[in-house]
Amino acid sequence: MSAAWMPVCGYDDLLPERGVCVLVAGRQVALFRTWDGGLHALDNLDPFSGAYVLSRGIVGTRKGEPTVASPLHKQVFSLATGRCLDERGVRVPVHGVRLAGAAVEVEVRT
Amino acid sequence: MVGYGPAAHRLVESLRDKGFGGRVTVIGEEPRPAYDRVRLTSYLSGTSAEDLAYDVPEGTLTRLGTRVTGIDRQARQVFTADGGALPYDVLVLATGSAPFVPPVPGAEHAHVYRTIEDLDAIRTAAKDAAEGVVVGGGLLGLEAADALRALGLKTHIVEMSPWLMPRQVDEGGGAVLRRHIEGLGLGVHAGSGVREVVVDGAGRVAGLRTPDGRLLEAQVVVFSAGIRPRDELARAAGLEVGERGGVVVDPGMRTSDPSIYAIGECALAGGMIYGLAGPCNTMAEVAADRITGGSATFTGADLSTRLKLLGVEVAQFGAMTGALDVTYMDPVAGVYKKLFVSDDARTLLGGICVGDASPYASLRPFVGKELPAPPSDLLFSGAGASLDLPGDALVCSCNNVCADDIRAAVADQGVTDVAGLKACTRAGTTCGSCVPMLKRLLERSGVEVGKALCEHFGHSRAELFDIVRVRGITTFSQLIAEHGQGRGCDVCKPAVASILASLHNGHVLEGERAALQDTNDAFLANIQKNGTYSVVPRIPGGEITPEKLIVIGEVARDFGLYTKITGGQRIDLFGARVEQLPLIWRRLVDAGFESGHAYGKALRTVKSCVGSTWCRYGVQDSVGLAIELELRYRGLRSPHKLKSAVSGCARECAEARSKDFGVIATEKGWNLYVAGNGGFQPRHADLLASDLSTEELVRTIDRFLMYYVRTADRLQRTAAWLESLEGGLDHLREVIMEDSLGICADLDAQMAHHVATYADEWSATLDDPDKLRRFVSFVNAPGVPDPSIVFERERGQIKPVMAR
Ligand code: SRM
Ligand SMILES: Cc1cc2nc3c(=O)[nH]c(=O)nc-3n(C[C@H](O)[C@H](O)[C@H](O)COP(=O)(O)OP(=O)(O)OC[C@H]3O[C@@H](n4cnc5c(N)ncnc54)[C@H](O)[C@@H]3O)c2cc1C
Ligand code: SF4
Ligand code: FES
Repeated sequence: MSAAWMPVCGYDDLLPERGVCVLVAGRQVALFRTWDGGLHALDNLDPFSGAYVLSRGIVGTRKGEPTVASPLHKQVFSLATGRCLDERGVRVPVHGVRLAGAAVEVEVRT
Repeated sequence: MVGYGPAAHRLVESLRDKGFGGRVTVIGEEPRPAYDRVRLTSYLSGTSAEDLAYDVPEGTLTRLGTRVTGIDRQARQVFTADGGALPYDVLVLATGSAPFVPPVPGAEHAHVYRTIEDLDAIRTAAKDAAEGVVVGGGLLGLEAADALRALGLKTHIVEMSPWLMPRQVDEGGGAVLRRHIEGLGLGVHAGSGVREVVVDGAGRVAGLRTPDGRLLEAQVVVFSAGIRPRDELARAAGLEVGERGGVVVDPGMRTSDPSIYAIGECALAGGMIYGLAGPCNTMAEVAADRITGGSATFTGADLSTRLKLLGVEVAQFGAMTGALDVTYMDPVAGVYKKLFVSDDARTLLGGICVGDASPYASLRPFVGKELPAPPSDLLFSGAGASLDLPGDALVCSCNNVCADDIRAAVADQGVTDVAGLKACTRAGTTCGSCVPMLKRLLERSGVEVGKALCEHFGHSRAELFDIVRVRGITTFSQLIAEHGQGRGCDVCKPAVASILASLHNGHVLEGERAALQDTNDAFLANIQKNGTYSVVPRIPGGEITPEKLIVIGEVARDFGLYTKITGGQRIDLFGARVEQLPLIWRRLVDAGFESGHAYGKALRTVKSCVGSTWCRYGVQDSVGLAIELELRYRGLRSPHKLKSAVSGCARECAEARSKDFGVIATEKGWNLYVAGNGGFQPRHADLLASDLSTEELVRTIDRFLMYYVRTADRLQRTAAWLESLEGGLDHLREVIMEDSLGICADLDAQMAHHVATYADEWSATLDDPDKLRRFVSFVNAPGVPDPSIVFERERGQIKPVMAR
């Protein structure tokens, strides 16, 4: 398995505390920019509903941990670990994300 | 004895009662013997100085109008301002305290509020004055403000802390208190201070300038911004004094010189200055006991207070913090009650009351003890909470959870909040309709923990609404920085977005507000199970021209949308991808359609029957009124969705009585029904008023809606709101039809603002490239449709296929 970084959008395409979705090698990745400028990337697939919607959830914090709530049934996921904070044992994949100049890059594993 | 105030008086009395055989001399600076300072204010309303005065115990020598200027501890004598000297065996300092006057320019022209002479001076100054300012919003400041008001002055209160009476009440109580006080016509400037007392050329007070440069015009300025113990004699005599003032005493009230005692407000006992009469009296008794050979000690005092200021009851007892708190708040009736309890919710630690101090009497005895009943029961007595669900009552129909399952989770597994119940029983995890019921059951089990919106705000929605309104806050960032913690969540963000929208209107996707919205508001459409959205144009009153129907048909056909007539007398188009929404709406807006707000916590529809225009039974034009109402209230953001209907006669074909506000025509006008509901817990609306003219009807609905918007909880529809409103329908009628709270002009103005500033969200979005940029499935591939969205066909239309 090898990893490569792929530029997906400009940092300015991301609004603070709102997500967007990008297509990375056929995979839907939800990208989030938090209040402090931090970047996070999760799979866009909401494991509860089966819909590709996590990028459209509300970004916030729970006990200081950055989170997103599924827009369908409101389950909350940690942006840092992908863990569902409302139901144990559910987790969405987390992807590598970094800033390269003004561009945002996502890690692609092949 | 130096000083002749209440503490000195009690000491003299106590010495006499204990049969003290020595000679007692009291030297007092004021021109009269001690008097009841607690009742001082009544002097302005006619109580004479004699009525306030305490009797001088027989055998006591007094030197009135005499100030002590020094103590010679070696020679054991004191010196007085008139040049005399008096020997002592035992000296007691009971010099009290002086009002703190901040060192600002012009302060020497201001008044203080402590003695009969102070009040005489204020009374004289008030004769030629129209306005007054009191600096200090504590217990004494409010009392002084009330006095100025009684003297006929338009009065303002300036308080440094963000809310009034910060020592007795917390922020929530302060907000309720403030409302009471403003309701009496006093100006409240909390979180402010003093830059200077402004004096005109002739040396007359003209007003007070606050640090932000504002001038509060006033001819009388009174400082009541705290007290400073009068320890100057002790200090000069080399006795130990506290870092921030006060004569240090031991538990026997003895200073660092064993033959000198200090009592009352000048004493620093156990590191504390006590500014209340009760503890001062206790100190006097301890000192009397010691002087007569006893061994009594002063080990601190209960600072509980209960008072009635400006007609408002305020009480505080025990601790002002605790592991858990339970709050009962009725901003409308102006009642705020909070109990602090230990983390097992059993032991009472303290409480705060504003507007209704009854718990003070009934519960103060339980401080530090086990509570006689769950705290919520003790506070919520009366209010709808008495509901006891039978064990097998279905609470969550989505997940088939009954009341006993919830109780078992609380009792056996120690669940204490809704999140815990969700995790443990799954109740509330699907549609969320049962969450209010879960909360109620938690409360009934004695574990409810306040009305906090979520972990980010300790406030209820109504409290936040007031904070935003009163402080003029316009952004979530400011609100959470000043009144919350963390960065918000899917609970508080949409709630605050709704409050901001109700108060300021403005586009829901403007600036930072975009990040607060649920996905529905963010895309101005309702999300569906497969991540597509639905489109509902507004069709006021259900009336539509054939041309418009054709446009809807064409749009549905061209974009391949599933089309359905809704239960709300309009048409829903399903299955649009985000990038299609602007294209669809371009066509609809061009044809004259507007957003139907099917996605918002806002007015949905005003349904109508066909009415008198066509119907042989109709007595009024129900369609015309429904359209008028829908256009008036369209776009109004509220705690939950709002629905309405108008029927043209009592046959009620529009089902108006199942709506938040429903109107039924009569021969003479309109009957208005409020707080009806279909949905999870159906409720028929109650008749609020009969035979109204159209104008009266609209005015009453305006106020009903705005009052609801102001005071309801998050996601509380009008039905639940009215049921939780203390005083119920009668109270509502008094407030909005008789203006019992004096807020109707405000409510009217707020609605007028809404009507005047309404703009269609969709056409505004189409005109704004920045907002349109967000309508893409993939930012790195704007033209690509989401490949996960797949349809099959059923009955000639599309239907979502889920991958699993
Ligand atoms: C489309 C429609 C069903 C239909 O095809 O007829 C509908 C559809 C939805 N309703 Fe409804 N309701 C629709 C009429 C009603 C009615 C009938 C009415 O309005 O006369 C009711 C009962 C009356 C009432 O509200 O009191 C109704 C009671 C609910 C409730 C329960 C509310 C309650 O207080 O218990 C919900 C849940 C909620 O809002 O929390 C709900 C929620 C919803 C949601 C928003 C659920 C969701 O979150 O996805 C549905 C999405 C609509 C969409 O995507 O466009 N819908 N819903 C109707 C839209 C009317 C319209 O033109 O706007
Ligand atoms: C308007 C008002 C309302 C109040 N309401 C309440 C209430 O509702 N409940 C409550 O518990 N408490 C209340 N208080 C507080 C209460 O009155 C005081 O706690 C109490 O008066 C303290 O008594 P004291 O004798 O220690 O001090 P003081 O009452 O201040 O008496 C000290 C006396 O010593 C004199 N003195 C000082 N230095 C010298 C000197 N060098 N030589 C000679 N004489 C000197 C002073 O002139 C004064 O007369 C109120 C106070 C005020 C002003
Ligand atoms: S409510 Fe009355 S007026 Fe309206 S359609 Fe029904 S019968 Fe006719
Ligand atoms: S989640 Fe409980 S009734 Fe729907």
